[in-house]
Amino acid sequence: MPHEPVESFGATVSDAVAAGWRLISLFGMPEARAVRLVAILADDVHGALGATSTSVRERYPALTPTCSPASVFEREVAEQTGVIPDGHPALKPLRRHAPDHAPTNGTPVAAGDREAYPFFRVEGEDVHEVGVGPVHAGIIEPGHFRFQCYGEEVLALEIMLGYQHRGVERLLETADRDRAVLIAESIAGDSVIGHAEAYCGVLEALARSRKTPRAQTMRGIALELERLANHIGDLGAMSGDVAFQPGAATLGRLRGECLNLLMTLSGNRYGRGLVRPGGASFDITPEMQTEMRERIARLKDELEPALALLFDAASVQARFEGVGVVPQDRVFELGLVGPVARGCEITRDVRHDHPWGVFRFAHIPVATAWAGDVLARALVRRLEIQRSLEFLTEQLGALPRGEIRVPCGALRPGELAVAMTEGWRGEIVHVAISDEQGRVRRHKVTDPSLRNWPALAEAMRGNQISDFPLCNKSFNLSYAGHDL
Amino acid sequence: MLEFLRVRLQQGTRTSPFPAGGADFPARFRGRPAFDPAKCDGTCSGCAGEMPSEVLTRGPRGIELDVGASLFAPEEAAACAGGALTFTRDHRMGSRTRAGLVSADGEVELATALEARMRRLFGRSLRLRSVAAGSCSGCEAELVALGNVVFDMARFGVQFVASPRHADGLVVTGAVSVNMKRALLETWEATPAPRLVIAVGACAINGGPFRGSPEVSDGVPTELPVDLWIPGCPPHPLTVLDAMLRLLGRLEEGS
Repeated sequence: MPHEPVESFGATVSDAVAAGWRLISLFGMPEARAVRLVAILADDVHGALGATSTSVRERYPALTPTCSPASVFEREVAEQTGVIPDGHPALKPLRRHAPDHAPTNGTPVAAGDREAYPFFRVEGEDVHEVGVGPVHAGIIEPGHFRFQCYGEEVLALEIMLGYQHRGVERLLETADRDRAVLIAESIAGDSVIGHAEAYCGVLEALARSRKTPRAQTMRGIALELERLANHIGDLGAMSGDVAFQPGAATLGRLRGECLNLLMTLSGNRYGRGLVRPGGASFDITPEMQTEMRERIARLKDELEPALALLFDAASVQARFEGVGVVPQDRVFELGLVGPVARGCEITRDVRHDHPWGVFRFAHIPVATAWAGDVLARALVRRLEIQRSLEFLTEQLGALPRGEIRVPCGALRPGELAVAMTEGWRGEIVHVAISDEQGRVRRHKVTDPSLRNWPALAEAMRGNQISDFPLCNKSFNLSYAGHDL
Repeated sequence: MLEFLRVRLQQGTRTSPFPAGGADFPARFRGRPAFDPAKCDGTCSGCAGEMPSEVLTRGPRGIELDVGASLFAPEEAAACAGGALTFTRDHRMGSRTRAGLVSADGEVELATALEARMRRLFGRSLRLRSVAAGSCSGCEAELVALGNVVFDMARFGVQFVASPRHADGLVVTGAVSVNMKRALLETWEATPAPRLVIAVGACAINGGPFRGSPEVSDGVPTELPVDLWIPGCPPHPLTVLDAMLRLLGRLEEGS
């Protein structure tokens, strides 16, 4: 791993980002009397990855002022390691906030002081504040939302997360492998395959384990089934949020059909137990292959008319259009990923830019839309549903022969591995660094939600507060993935 | 309008016949774990701490299977070298007590109906508030699925409501993170008595895959009196529905 003085580290990262590289991870790793800061960069045009690092003590000059995508990562580093990025414009806690946790800067907070978190506030006559959560009205994960409103209009929204923090990274670094893979599957319960794929990816790289083409295809099939389930479910939920019941009813059920396909394959509706280091733990039998193809054909037949009904309804279009707009330049400034970025007409998709496994051979065209609003994100999902269905039909028709799992042995000592996958929400990044004994010394997980939450808060500005559920669902970000 | 009707006709009626039927699962489905002592040759150490969970433990009373601790993972069955630990296709495993999930062979003391007074109050109409507290969102996804046209929990009079003030009980998911513990306890206090607490999923029961992390309480804190424990990672919607209907006295004994 390249190592450079702290003075040049910031410039290396900022210059690379200015030249078109993307900062995909930035994290701290404890060293003797110091913290090693590691930056991972991606060049999407050439499919290349880069890394650099430096050693810091108590403080270092923040990268964020010259490299805005670093903002959320530097908050995370400060919270996890205690190292302060000097000059960071918004150094607030990311997950461990007062009064349940001592603040990073050491100032004491009274046990019951709910206002200890420094929320952004808009002052003025008739401006009012709406606080929601962590216990919400629906069946959703916990988070706290502070709206600054003028009448119905949202002037600003701040989102405070961390309620789902379970200490995943530390567990991944300490648990033995049989348990660690179960923890990886539980980072975000709707992205079991996406995270298991990236977790196994770094272990396989460190162990030089080479999956068979059959295992790669099977894992690709599972990943696309996961994408289908979530995109279909979200379109159904968005349909419900604009009171279009035919969409909510049919798409809600069809989501279940995708989960049931995963259950046929893995014994669990979310695909738990399938993706394992070295390949997959369950095979697709010839009978299952035929059955799954038939079920996917039926799903396609039932899905198309339901989607057409949703997207052709004028009442739905009127509610989706122009709501929750993300300007295209914010995609670069915030480092946004997944359907949120693609809804701003940015072709950013790990399956296309940094293909791995079966995606090196079976190319799925990148789906984009241009307006950056709820409608654009819905359109991207619709296109991705169609393309995932095509991929599944094709791959289930021509499964390569061979073993489903090969050994994944001891890790090579003193190495760094990066695995990127395109989960249904976007880019999932796992980084593992092995120590001299071949044990995992640092396991860094970056869920796409960490990148995209700030965009949701911004997209609400100037919108009506009553449009928040719809806007929120069009992003459908993971609290657990953000909070780890 | 005609297109609406055409799609409606094509979709048909999809509600599961449950509880009269509909509980058919694929061959690989991992339901309630079972332990066959006859297959245990005592030579492996799977139950002596080499399991990825505490589903199987060797204690003073011999080998015990704790369905509540199971992560329903293939690794659990594999760690039991003799093949004595298997997953059945039985989806029924909700119990009124924590101890009801622990046995020598995996048999669960299935949930019994509420006492007469509570049953009279809630038996035909139960309003619940969901509290996710340090979960992965898998359990919540299955709770949401209970509201879709297939499982349609509302046909039994069970509904999720927006506020604890409107609720007859809480459904708790997640290992209960440090950040959520206070909110969970306050939500319980905000729920009018008499009230129920239902713990859903391995995390709420004992911490699940996050057990032992300093960031979680290893499940529902002892301050809350749990009335119904529903194992799973996450539990299948029919596992949740079965347990709730048993609690409400809506399923016959032994069915």
